Amino acid sequence: MTLKDIALRNIRRRKAKAGFVLAGLLIAVSTAVALLGLIEAMNRDIQQKLEEYGANILILPKTENLSLTYGGLSLGGVSFEMQEIRQADLGRVKTIKNAANVAAMGPTVLGALEVKERKVLLAGVDFQATKILKPWWKIAGAVPTDFGVLLGAEASRILALETGDHFKVNGSELQVSGILEPTGSQDDQLVFARLDTAQSLLHKEGRVSMVEVAALCTACPIEAMVSQISRALPDTKVMAIQQVVQSRMETLDYFRQFSYGVTAVLVLVGSLVVLVTMMGSVRERTSEIGIFRAMGFRRSHVIRIVLLEAGIISAMAGILGYLVGFGSTKLALPFFTGSNSIGVIFDPVLAAGAFAAALLMGLASSVYPALMAARIDPTDALRAL
Amino acid sequence: MSYIHAENLVKQYGTADAAVMAVGGMSFRIKMGEFVVVMGESGSGKSTLLSMMGALNTPTSGEYSVDGLEVYKLGQDQRADFRREFLGFVFQSFHLVPYLTLLENVMLPLATVKMSSKKKRALAEDALLRVGLNGKSHRLPGQTSGGEQERVAIARAIVNEPPILFADEPSGNLDTKTTREVMDLLKNLNEEGMTIVMVTHSPECASYTRRMLRISDGLLVEDVPLNGSKGGIQAIVC
Repeated sequence: MTLKDIALRNIRRRKAKAGFVLAGLLIAVSTAVALLGLIEAMNRDIQQKLEEYGANILILPKTENLSLTYGGLSLGGVSFEMQEIRQADLGRVKTIKNAANVAAMGPTVLGALEVKERKVLLAGVDFQATKILKPWWKIAGAVPTDFGVLLGAEASRILALETGDHFKVNGSELQVSGILEPTGSQDDQLVFARLDTAQSLLHKEGRVSMVEVAALCTACPIEAMVSQISRALPDTKVMAIQQVVQSRMETLDYFRQFSYGVTAVLVLVGSLVVLVTMMGSVRERTSEIGIFRAMGFRRSHVIRIVLLEAGIISAMAGILGYLVGFGSTKLALPFFTGSNSIGVIFDPVLAAGAFAAALLMGLASSVYPALMAARIDPTDALRAL
Repeated sequence: MSYIHAENLVKQYGTADAAVMAVGGMSFRIKMGEFVVVMGESGSGKSTLLSMMGALNTPTSGEYSVDGLEVYKLGQDQRADFRREFLGFVFQSFHLVPYLTLLENVMLPLATVKMSSKKKRALAEDALLRVGLNGKSHRLPGQTSGGEQERVAIARAIVNEPPILFADEPSGNLDTKTTREVMDLLKNLNEEGMTIVMVTHSPECASYTRRMLRISDGLLVEDVPLNGSKGGIQAIVC
């Protein structure tokens, strides 16, 4: 029989009270773990998407813009001396310092065509590079060959063309080799063809309208790569596609702040639940504590019993809270990221933090009840005496 | 030579107009190995006296020593240690811890002692054996009779072999037969050398003791020797 045994026996006896304390801490810890886990997973999701998929650098021809004003009113701008990029110059990108980080480079030529008496935008692309630059593309049919085209979902509907259909453009007969499943982007309105086919149809041989570059790296020196490409292609405008990412990161930051707020409130509520329950428990045990004191337990022994009880329950809440939070993150993550591409990984720091936080909450909230227990006058407690 | 020495012990509750004098200046000495009964009407101050003697209730004034040790000059922790090493308590309503088995209840005073679990268990089993309860050690208090609970309370009080035992109305909740068994047990412990101070209303219980302190209105009004055999109390009017 030790003080720990007394604490354990009391927990077993007062299961409802112990359960209440456990639930208070468990809810706070598991919610905190779930929210922090979600933030971490979403952050990884963004990083992964940013690093593994899609273009993150855009190369455009340099244009001269003239801003027009009349009487102090802005009338917008006009572009003049619109240029295009020479395809042959793109080889210089392979000479930049961070060339090894270039996962894919997708030159695109754009131009308007008339199909079935309708104006459509034709995009000539490198379908090999597109696999890396636009991995979300799903094609019903085949990737176009020499005189094949790929229609965006909306373009297919407007032009009333299906896979296998033929149509004529500028005297050339083209065949629809596939339809792009809806992407929700401007790609749905475009007609895609091989770069050389499009250049030929648009009479833009050897020229491209823009180039998408996918830089693949961890903590990419995007800005550095942008300036390296700018130096390699002085007649172009090179930009890092960060806006979308920044916007998502800002949203994530709001969510993070919200999560911290929710966690703080739950920690406060959980601590209050522990405090009130432990105080009730101590009051219920007044005569028992009086017996302990009469038998020679020091005040510190009584404090230790109460804190041991709180510590045992808190430790359980820490472990269970992490597991419940981990499970909740797993369940909730697909709803937040919209895919199952990112998994929830065991984070030892978060696990240790959850355990330590539960222990700290439980013990800190039990200090006052423990002191209250230690101050119980054994004579008052044992009225029979 | 006196073992327990109380000199002009006073306990007053409240102050000024609301002051209540529970014990109004009592002096007495108890020798080692004595079996003393404290008697008196309800509210006479006997429970307050017992709590002061048990190092649980600091007197308003006066001196109190056990084996030369000034108990109320000790700090809180030292006084707790004193209670653990010198005193055993048997309470009127047993005050067993309901969620501990009988054996664990008996082991309670040893919970803060540095000793192997095996040794603690052996001491507790021995104490239960002394009170005749060796076969029921794994039952909970709620599963035993009042008499058995009283025996467990006595076993708990003697498990660490204290030299002094305080018993508050040990027969208060017991039938006549069980009262006799419990009193026989206390008498045996006294004969083995334990100093016992018992508070009771029962002349039957008092008849087992060798000395009576009679209290009235917080004052010691009678201090008489008894013969210590059952039936020798007829002269006392409670």
